[in-house]
Amino acid sequence: MNKARRNLPNTIAAHAILLTYTVIALFPVFVILINSFKARKAIFRHPLSFPNPETFSTIGYETVFKQGDFFLYFQNSMIVTVASLFFILLFGAMAAFALAEYRFKGNTLMGLYLALGIMIPIRIGTVAILEMMVASGLVNTLTALILVYTAQGLPLAVFILSEFMKQVSDDLKNAGRIDGLSEYAIFGRLVLPLVRPAMATVAVFNMIPIWNDLWFPLILAPSEGTKTLTLGSQVFIGQFVTDWNAVLSALSMAIIPVMLLYVVFSRQLIRGITSGAVK
Amino acid sequence: MTALHLQKVCKSFGTVKVLHDIDLTVEDGEFVVFVGPSGCGKSTLLRVIAGLEDATSGTVEIAGRDVTTTPPAKRGIAMVFQSYALYPHLTVRGNMELGLKQARMDKAEIAERVAEASRMLSLDDYLDRRPSELSGGQRQRVAIGRAITREPELFLFDEPLSNLDAALRMNTRIEIANLHRTIDSAMVYVTHDQIEAMTLADRIVVLRDGRVEQIGTPMDIYNDPDNQFVASFIGSPAMNFVKAAAYGFDKGAVLGIRPEYLTVVDSGRLSGVVTHIERLGAETNLLVALDTDDTLTLRLFGQYAFDVDQHVEIDFDDDKALFFDENGQRVR
Repeated sequence: MNKARRNLPNTIAAHAILLTYTVIALFPVFVILINSFKARKAIFRHPLSFPNPETFSTIGYETVFKQGDFFLYFQNSMIVTVASLFFILLFGAMAAFALAEYRFKGNTLMGLYLALGIMIPIRIGTVAILEMMVASGLVNTLTALILVYTAQGLPLAVFILSEFMKQVSDDLKNAGRIDGLSEYAIFGRLVLPLVRPAMATVAVFNMIPIWNDLWFPLILAPSEGTKTLTLGSQVFIGQFVTDWNAVLSALSMAIIPVMLLYVVFSRQLIRGITSGAVK
Repeated sequence: MTALHLQKVCKSFGTVKVLHDIDLTVEDGEFVVFVGPSGCGKSTLLRVIAGLEDATSGTVEIAGRDVTTTPPAKRGIAMVFQSYALYPHLTVRGNMELGLKQARMDKAEIAERVAEASRMLSLDDYLDRRPSELSGGQRQRVAIGRAITREPELFLFDEPLSNLDAALRMNTRIEIANLHRTIDSAMVYVTHDQIEAMTLADRIVVLRDGRVEQIGTPMDIYNDPDNQFVASFIGSPAMNFVKAAAYGFDKGAVLGIRPEYLTVVDSGRLSGVVTHIERLGAETNLLVALDTDDTLTLRLFGQYAFDVDQHVEIDFDDDKALFFDENGQRVR
């Protein structure tokens, strides 16, 4: 960094702002974590204090593991999230490549049509989706969720990826063509590695809403065998009594896989092998 | 044998016609340079030859084979791009090998060709590096190396030196000239830099608005331009143009004279006032506003002590003057 911009007050101010923001962002997560290890009374009496020998309790986790098939829910959520992300990235990248790379009639119109989904929430079509799933016998399957989430994620994916793919140098693609690479090889071996940061962005954007979604699992796949983690945790929230220990424990554990996925994707964001390709 | 033969090649994007009936023949081992202002269609023409764009009409023949509808990889060409276009995830060796691997060539043969190209371009020390670890000049050498390993019938260069700084540009220009002496393939080279065109070309093709204005050796183009556009485009500083009648010539409408053919004399046919002086050490350029309201550029070799607002008398050798009609066509 330039020396003129590296004076002490500025550095302190910048770090103070960043630290404040970090604290604010992490505070709810922190409260959930400490309270998940406390007895029920302690949660309400001193919600902000750390668990001590008197208040420490793993009753919440025990309830979670006893009631319902928590590991199955976990697995369901994981399958749905990973599969949806995979299809969003695959089909999104393919559509984006076609839009960015080829001149054909209705190219712009097709791009707009695909981007329309960004503005219209998919939940408006819930009834129609449910009817479709019933008709095709997909109710209470993970496939139903994967299909819906893929559809939900595609518009933004196509929009972002096609913008990035337009920036990949034409010369590079043409060099590939002269070297005899097929269009598939140009897509898979030249363009995809170069837009990897954009793919990671799309993945991160889509991952959290899918993982946290309650709406579609509740409507399309509420059976015991297909419950996702978010839906499974709802059994602890009653109309009159809520088992806060169990809810907090379930939420604490639900954070772990998304965090892992995030770490994987964010590494792609940082990695910069793109420099030196052109210019 | 002819390396490249274009017949009535036209190219349109939608309703915009960018190439008009281009006819051109490039002989084996010939170095042909396309030169013209930006937007004249020279890069498009190169891309049509490479097969990256389809010709709207006309035929392209490479080494006697009609390749008008052949995909780029099967045309027997290699191309060097302005932006190098190296594969970022492959090493230098990988970059040079890829095309050959795609053509399913024998491994020993590939290794031999890569070794040969890397020796020719002194890339031996960099074979295992990635493009991001190389300087601009080295990257362009790798791009040239990648073209050499394909052993093409025809090399295509798309402004390969534009991204290099001035010193490196001269070195790489000499390298390309040496390369052309070493390997006997025909080369087609696109540039907007007339120095590259003049120094590298066996023949120059001057293009404007998608049409060929003139084809000829560099000295033909310089000394004997067919029209006013070619005369003004080639040569720096540009040729002076004045109304012929105003200076007592009854031939043509416009008189053109190169800046270096004008001399300052004690008493000449032209006279005016110096408005600007450029001292370059080896030469001195004068801008002179004539009494007749025209402005002339003089290129004097050596160093001279002129002042702004100084009155000068100018003359020239009539043999060196070129004449053009109202439409800019040469009157001989």
